[in-house]
Amino acid sequence: MTTSLPDRERLLDAYTRMVEIRTFEDAAGKNFADGLVPGFVHLYAGEEAVAVGICSHLTDDDFITSTHRGHGHCIAKGVDIHGMVAELMGKSTGVCHGKGGSMHIADVDKGMLGANGIVGAGLPLACGAALTAKIRGNGAVSVSFFGDGASNQGTFHEALNLAAIWKLPVIFVCENNGYAEATPASYAVSVGDIANRAAAYDIPGIIVDGLDFFSVYEAAGAAVDRARSGQGPTLIEAKTYRFYGHFQGDTITYRTDEEVSRYRDRDPITGLRTFLVDHDLATSGELDAIDKKVNEALARSWDDAKAAPWPAVEDALTNVYVSY
Amino acid sequence: MVAVARETRTMSMKDALNEALRIAMREDPNVILLGEDIAGGADVDHLINEDAWGGPMGVTKNLVQEFGRNRVLDTPITEAGFIGAAVGAAATGLRPVAELMYVDFFGCCMDQIFDQGAKLRYMFGGKAKCPLVIRTQIGAGVNAAAQHSGCHYSVFTHMPGIKTVIPSNPADAKGLLLSAIRDDDLVMFFENKVLYGVRGEVPDGDEGIPLGKGDIKRAGDDVTIVAISRMVNQSLTAAKTLSGEGIEVEIIDPRTLSPLDEDMILSSVEKTHRLVIVDEDNPRCSAAADIAAMVADKGFDLLDAPIKMVTAPHTPVPFSPPLEQVYVPSPEKIAETVREIV
Repeated sequence: MTTSLPDRERLLDAYTRMVEIRTFEDAAGKNFADGLVPGFVHLYAGEEAVAVGICSHLTDDDFITSTHRGHGHCIAKGVDIHGMVAELMGKSTGVCHGKGGSMHIADVDKGMLGANGIVGAGLPLACGAALTAKIRGNGAVSVSFFGDGASNQGTFHEALNLAAIWKLPVIFVCENNGYAEATPASYAVSVGDIANRAAAYDIPGIIVDGLDFFSVYEAAGAAVDRARSGQGPTLIEAKTYRFYGHFQGDTITYRTDEEVSRYRDRDPITGLRTFLVDHDLATSGELDAIDKKVNEALARSWDDAKAAPWPAVEDALTNVYVSY
Repeated sequence: MVAVARETRTMSMKDALNEALRIAMREDPNVILLGEDIAGGADVDHLINEDAWGGPMGVTKNLVQEFGRNRVLDTPITEAGFIGAAVGAAATGLRPVAELMYVDFFGCCMDQIFDQGAKLRYMFGGKAKCPLVIRTQIGAGVNAAAQHSGCHYSVFTHMPGIKTVIPSNPADAKGLLLSAIRDDDLVMFFENKVLYGVRGEVPDGDEGIPLGKGDIKRAGDDVTIVAISRMVNQSLTAAKTLSGEGIEVEIIDPRTLSPLDEDMILSSVEKTHRLVIVDEDNPRCSAAADIAAMVADKGFDLLDAPIKMVTAPHTPVPFSPPLEQVYVPSPEKIAETVREIV
C-alpha cells in the first residue's frame, strides 16, 4: 500500500461524515418506530467506516451505486442530508421529491446513482458508469457497494468479468456484514473470504477491516489509484457488521446478544475518535462539538421535514418519461 | 402534413437500420453500440479494425471500421452484465444502443431493463434520464423454435418508463431508429427477423420519424385493420384478396405501441365502424387486447361489429414447419376474420 494517511482536515471531515451517518440512522430508526417514516428502512449504523473510507477518495464526478442499506453511502458521497430526511418521510422537499424513499434515494448530481431495492443490481450499473468514464477518458471512477448476499447473484459475476476484460475503472466494495437478511454468509457463500472470488476474474481481491476507517481508507486509495490510472477493477471485501437488524422491525433472532455486543465494542466511530485524540489530531472537546453540531442540524432537518408539504397528487404521474 | 419529396434508394431493412446507426454515430460521439458479436472477432489479430460478423444478422456490419472498437463493443454473453452496463452508461451521459440478440433472452436481463433503466428517472424524482435503445429480434418464421422466435413487445409495452417501437418496413426502420437514438428515454426497438431482407424505398438524409405517430399503410372505408410489424405485410396481402370481393380495408401500422397513436386508430374506426387487430404476439394481456380495450372504451359508439383479434395462439412458438405456419397469423385467416364482421 502506498497511500499515505490523510491529513487532519480530511480526518475530521471523515469523522464528521461518520457521525452524520450514525446520527441519521439512529434518528431514522426512532422515527420509523414512531410512524414518521413509511415503508422499509434498512440502517447502516456500524458500517460507517466503509462508506466514508471509500468515498473520501471520490469527487462529484465519480459515481457510486448502492444498496437497500444506502443512507450511509449517500451521506458519504455528499448527498444533502436535509433532503434525505425529507425523502425518508416522502415529502416534496425530499432529494427525490418523495418518489424514491429510503430504498431508492439518489442524487446523480452528486454522483450517487441510487440506493437499490434489488440485491446485486448496482454492479452492472457501476460498470456502465465506468464505461462512460473510460470512453470519455475523464479519469473518473465508479464504485459499487453491495453485500455478502449480492456476491451470490449472477450480476456480481457478470459485472466482475465484464469489468476485468474491459479494464473498467470500477471498484467493487463488498460490505460483508455476515448476514443476507437472516441467512449467515457462512451458510450461503461458498468461500470464507468473498475477496477470493476476485481470483476467478483475475483481478485483485483485498480484505479490509470494515470496522476500521484506516484499513478501508488505505485499500480504497490503492484501488482508486489503480482504476484512475487505467489498470482496471479491484474487489474489496470489508468485513463489517450492522448494529441494527436487516430492517427496522427485524427481531434479530439469528444473532446472539454476545455477538452484537462484541462488535459494538469495536464501534468504528469510537475507533476513529480514539485515534484522533491519542495522536493529538483533535481534542475530545472538539469532537464533542462536532457531535453536537451534527445532532442539532439533523434535529432541524427532521423538524423541517415534518413541517414540509406532501407532494402534490399530480406528481404521481410525472417523471415517468422525459417526453411522451 | 405537406409531403416533401425526398430522394430515396431501394434497400433492405437490415441496411436501413445500419444506415440509421451510422448517421446517429456520426452526429453524436456519445452514441456507442454494444452487444454480442456486433462487430465480431474482437481481439482476433487479423480483425483488429474489421468486423467478421457485424452481429449475427449483420445489422451492425462495417460500423467498427468507421467508429473503432471503443464505440462498437463486442460483449461477452452476459446479458444482465452488458444491458445493465448500458443502463449505467446512459444514466451517466452516453447514448448507448445495445443489441439483445433475441427478445426471448429478456429473462436474463429484465431486472436491469425494468427495475433499473425504466424506473430510475421516476424513483429519482426526475433528476436522471436513461437515453438507451435496446434493439432486439422478434418473430417466428425461420423455425428457430420456442426460445428464439417470440415477439413479447407486449411485455415491455405494459411497463411504464419504456417506449416500444416496432417497424414494419425499411423506411420506417431507419426513421424510427434515428428518433429512438435521439430520444431521452429508454426505447425497446423490435426488429422482425423475417423483415431484415425485405427491400423497400428508403429516404436519404437524417430525418427521424416521430415516436407515437402511426401510419396508414392502405386507405379503405370498410374495415380498420391495426397491424403490427410483419402483420402489416400479411394484412396487405389479405387486403388484395378482400378488395377483389369488394371489401376495402384500411391498414394502420401504429409503429410504436408505447406511446400509441390512439387518435389515428379512433379516427379510422369512426370512418369504418369495424376493427380487426392483427398481432403476432401471444394474445393474453397483449398489445392487441390493449388496443381492443382502448377502442371499446373510447370508441364504443363508433362500432357496428365486435372488435376482432387475429393473433398467435396462447402457446410458445412451435418448431416443426407446418406447426409454425399455423402459429403466425396468415393472410387467409386475416381475410376470413374481416369477412366475419362485414
